[in-house]
Order: sequence, then structure tokens, then C-alpha cells
Amino acid sequence: MNTLAQEMSDSDRILTISLFMVMVLVTILITIQGGRKTSTATDFHSGGRGFSAWQNGFAVAGDYVSAASFLGIAGTIALYGYDGFLYSIGFLVAWLVALLLVAESLRNSGRFTVADALSYRMKQRPVRTAAAVSTLSISIFYLLAQMVGTGALVTLLLGIKEGETFLGMDAGAAKVVGIVVTGLLMVAYVAFGGMKGTTWVQIFQACVKIGLAFVLAILVLVHYNFNLSSLLGDAASVSGQGAAFLEPGLRYGTEVAGDSLQTLWNKLDLISLGLALVLGTAGLPHVLIRFYTTPDGKTARKSVNWAIGLIGMFYLLTLVLGFGAAAMVGKEAIIAENPAGNSAAPQLSQVIGENIAGSTGGAIMLALIASAAFAAILSVVAGLIIACSSSLAHDLYNGVFKHGKASGKQEVVFAKFAAVGVGAIAVVIAVFAQDLNVAFLVALAFAVAASANLPTLLFSLFWKRFNTAGAVAGIYGGLISSIGLVIFSPTFSGTETSLLGEGVDIAWFPLSNPGLVSIPLGLICAVVGTLMSSESNPDRFASMQVRAFTGAGAERASVH
Amino acid sequence: MTTTPEDNGPPPEVSDAEIAAMHDDPRFVELKRTLFRFTVPVLLAALAWYLVYVLLSAYARDFMGIVLFGNINLGLILGLSQFAVTFYVTWAYNRFTARKFDQQSAALRDDIMNGGAK
Repeated sequence: MNTLAQEMSDSDRILTISLFMVMVLVTILITIQGGRKTSTATDFHSGGRGFSAWQNGFAVAGDYVSAASFLGIAGTIALYGYDGFLYSIGFLVAWLVALLLVAESLRNSGRFTVADALSYRMKQRPVRTAAAVSTLSISIFYLLAQMVGTGALVTLLLGIKEGETFLGMDAGAAKVVGIVVTGLLMVAYVAFGGMKGTTWVQIFQACVKIGLAFVLAILVLVHYNFNLSSLLGDAASVSGQGAAFLEPGLRYGTEVAGDSLQTLWNKLDLISLGLALVLGTAGLPHVLIRFYTTPDGKTARKSVNWAIGLIGMFYLLTLVLGFGAAAMVGKEAIIAENPAGNSAAPQLSQVIGENIAGSTGGAIMLALIASAAFAAILSVVAGLIIACSSSLAHDLYNGVFKHGKASGKQEVVFAKFAAVGVGAIAVVIAVFAQDLNVAFLVALAFAVAASANLPTLLFSLFWKRFNTAGAVAGIYGGLISSIGLVIFSPTFSGTETSLLGEGVDIAWFPLSNPGLVSIPLGLICAVVGTLMSSESNPDRFASMQVRAFTGAGAERASVH
Repeated sequence: MTTTPEDNGPPPEVSDAEIAAMHDDPRFVELKRTLFRFTVPVLLAALAWYLVYVLLSAYARDFMGIVLFGNINLGLILGLSQFAVTFYVTWAYNRFTARKFDQQSAALRDDIMNGGAK
């Protein structure tokens, strides 16, 4: 059978670890190189604003394509067929919102953070505080999901099973080591490299992960003589599900025979997830602040073209990888390794490598794909840490506590300490939470972004009457309703797979994904809040729109 | 070494009032109208198509399962069509901005900056 651990010898693991080390070394060199010229706040938060469209496009792809989409989507397709595809489609189409409404305007009207654009024509302190709270919530949810996943992933990629040891570590110890090492690395990227170093790291890692996914997908297609239909046919017959494997319904919106109410909830849950995915991306702070690294709005917009091309191609590749794993590895072998399916792509790479060059080939391919997954974790986590530290330093420390009077230097020093602090907290929580099922945190981050950030961002750009009360109400309304509904959902309590287990049951909200309710609620809060306050500032609205669409008076790149 | 023009506050050459004054200029009104005429309907159409796809996935599974040829069913083709639409809109928006937006927007910016420079 193709289970990793049975075949994985210490020498294979050393190969994988060596590749990890090479990659870590390269990224550290990049960070040192990129970080040398980081001294001002513009350098630290926005990388000097000198990145070209393709550079930022690659960095956005590096920031966005997480291990969850690299391994998770391929795994979901491998286990449940078609439904994994639904996820990647939402992740991709979402970019149109960012392209058509947000990228250029945000770049032109803000400086470092999402709060800059949101608070532009409002009272600074309340709006900055609200925007910082939502930025931190979204980024920390996403960060925890990545960090907890990291521990499991490192043990998986090294093939350490319960009861086995490697270099004196058992599976539990290896998990902790994985989390701590990732935490140290990402803090190092951010604290030493700032946005400039982090951007280059993300560009490099985007090339690594997309490149390797491309190679692996081509090898799968070569195996099937580029006949997609026969690949799908094989996947369907090996899965034991037949044609149903190629249709929606095995994972999301499942139909429960004899329980039409549960069936209804499941289907609404699917729609709710779909909404959060498509509207969430354009509200994710760690993605949005990347637009500030370009010299002007036009370049920011063009970088989204690159990002869409890269991300779209990547999701097409995961389709091939997922069905390839279903056909060539098989569901049973994948579940034996990892019940969530995260091991599907690594196992597929091992099988493909073995077909080409025996067990050595298998070990090499596995090590390569494992490093690609590791690259995905590191670059996403670094992006999240920089979003947190920028918001803490620029919005809360300088904007709120110092009334905007702190110097750029003070802000940078604070941001570096903030990066260390956030990193340390994330590591500690992740170590304690490592056995909890936290996969829902990614969907929650998207739901908060879609409910709290996107409506207020769009209103502040396009609705003249919008004001401080509306922005504050919209952000807190969207944030609290998304988090609150998840707390009272089956994700949190009442079922076997819940975070709190079956013992506690406070789940009165039937959907796992809050978007269907929280997005309209966030919108309503923003509208009602606006109308209840008489504040209005037409001059600032006028200058914001002119800035957004012409780029007049926009922040410029650093001159070197 | 690095020198950044302005570390705090907006770049200095032009005042907020001078920027705001452009808002009522007929050329700016026209620029906004041109932009919204493209982005709003295109985005709404793309999102509507996505929503239709999600609804079909939830409620029309037999329809999605219709086999077109070999093992390729309608669901797969409709899913791939989402990729095609996203790529197409990206391309079309790029063409639109190159033909009808960037030049006009840059002209207005130059106007503001020149009028504002003392």
C-alpha cells in the first residue's frame, strides 16, 4: 500500500528535511537581502512601494495560496470528488471583486493599512479602532488555522506516525517543533525583512509551490496521455462512488435521507459558504495591504491580473492533483494516512515518483511536494503576521494612542515588537490547540472579511452619505454576528466533530457558515448606523473619490 | 540609502481642497460614469453567474450530472466556465482601462497636480 509512514525510512526523512533546510536558508538570505534597505515606515509596512505588477502579482499568489488550498482542496477532491472544486471556484471568482472595485481605489486612497482607507473621511479614532479590531480578528483566525495545521502537516510530511520516533522525536514532539520553527521563521521574515523582505520571500515561494504543482500535474496527465476524461473515469471507479464522485453533493450540501430539514440546512450552508468565499477575499487585510507595495493604482490593478492568472492556473492544477490522487492513490490509502485528506497530494507525488524511478524517485518527489507545502505555510503565515503588526503599530499604537504623532521610526520599532508578540501568542495558542479541529477558522475569517470589511470598504468609496457611525456599526455588526453565529453553530458544539465535542450543546444556529446571515446583517448595520447619525463630510468624500479614481495626491514610492 | 519623500501625512504638493474641487468637474463625472458603466454590470453579471452555479450545485444535481461526453459532465463544464468567465472579465477590464480609463484618469491627475503646484 501507499501509506507514507510504512515506506518512509529515516534516509527519506533526511532528504525531506534537507530540502526544507535549503528552502529555509534561501528565504532567510532573501529576507536579509530585502530587509537591508528597510528603515522608514513606508519600507516596513509597504516595502517601499516599488514592486512591479508581476512581482506583486506573484507575491499576492504566495500570500493567498495557503497550505489549506494546496493540500486541502486536492485532498477534498481526492476524497469527495467534485465538491473540492466548489471551494476553489469561490476562491478564484472572488478576485473579480478585488479587481473591479477595490485594488486601484484602495491603493490610491490609503497608505499602509485597510483602516487608512476606511477612516479617510471619518473620525479617526473610532473607525481606526474598529478596523484594527476586525483586521486582527480575521488575521488571527486565519493565522491560528495555519499554525495548528502546520504541526500536523510537518509530522505528516515527515511520515512520523503515533508510536514512532525520528531524531528522538515522537509525533507529538514533532508537531510542537513544527509549530515553533514555523513561528520563529515567520517572525524573523517580518521583523528583519519588513514588507520588502516578506514580499520577495512570497514571490520565491509562489514560484516553488505553483511550479511544483505544475510539474506534478503534468506528470499525472502524462500518465493518462492528457486524456482528462479517462483520468476522471479512473477516479470515479476507484472511489467506489461511480458517477456520483464527479457530481456535487458528497461533501457540501449533502442530502440526508428521511430528514428534509437537515437537507435544507446543509444546502443553505453550502450557499452560505459560497457567499463568504466570493465576498471575503476582497476584505482580507493581508491580501489588501499588498496593493500598497506597488508604485501606483494602475500597477496595483495590473498586479491583480497576474494574481488571477496564477491563482486560477493553480486551482486548475489542484483539480488534476485531486482527481489524480483519487485515481492513483485511492481513498482508503489516503484516509489511512490522514482522515481529512491532506496527505493526498504528497502521496500522489510519491506514487508518481515511484512510477518513474522506483523508491528513490518516490522519496525525491515526496520531498519536493512536502517543501512546496511548507513554502505555502511559511509565506501565508508571514503575510498574516505583517498584516497584524502593521495594524497594531500604524492603527492602534500610532493612530489611536499617539493621535498620529509618533514618528515613522517609532512606528517601525513598535511594529517589529508587535510581530514578535503576535508570533509568540500564535505559537502558544497553536501548541495548546493542536488537537482541536480548527479548520472552521479559515471559513470564519472569510465570513468576517465579507461581513465586516467589504461592505464598509465599498460604502466608504462609493456612498456619499456614509459616515463614522455607519462604519463603526457595520464593522462591529458584521464581526460580532459572524463570530456569534459560529459560536452557536454545530461547528462549535453539539456534534461529535464540534470544537467542544458532543457534551456541550449550545448550537441553536443550524448553519456552520454564518455568511448567509452575517453578510446582510453587516450591511444593514452599516446602513442603519449611517442614517441614524447626521454626520456627513461631502468635501472629504469628494477628495477621496478623486484620489481613488485619478491617483492624485496618492502615496508615492520611496526614492532610492 | 533610502530617502522617503514624506513619512507622515499625504505627499505635500497638492491640498485636499484642490483635489476635492475636481469632483464636480464634468470630466471627472464622465470618468466615473464610464468606469461604473463597465464595472457595475460586469461584476453583477459575473457574481450572478457564480450564484447560479452554486445554486445548481445545491439544488440541481441531476442536471449537473448530465454526461456530455466520456466522463465529462455538465457540472465540470459549468465549473470550468467560472474560470473562463474570471479570466475573460480580467482580460476585458484590462482592455477597457487601457482604452477608456487610464489616459483620462492620468490627464485629470496631471491637471490637479499642475494646478496645485505653487
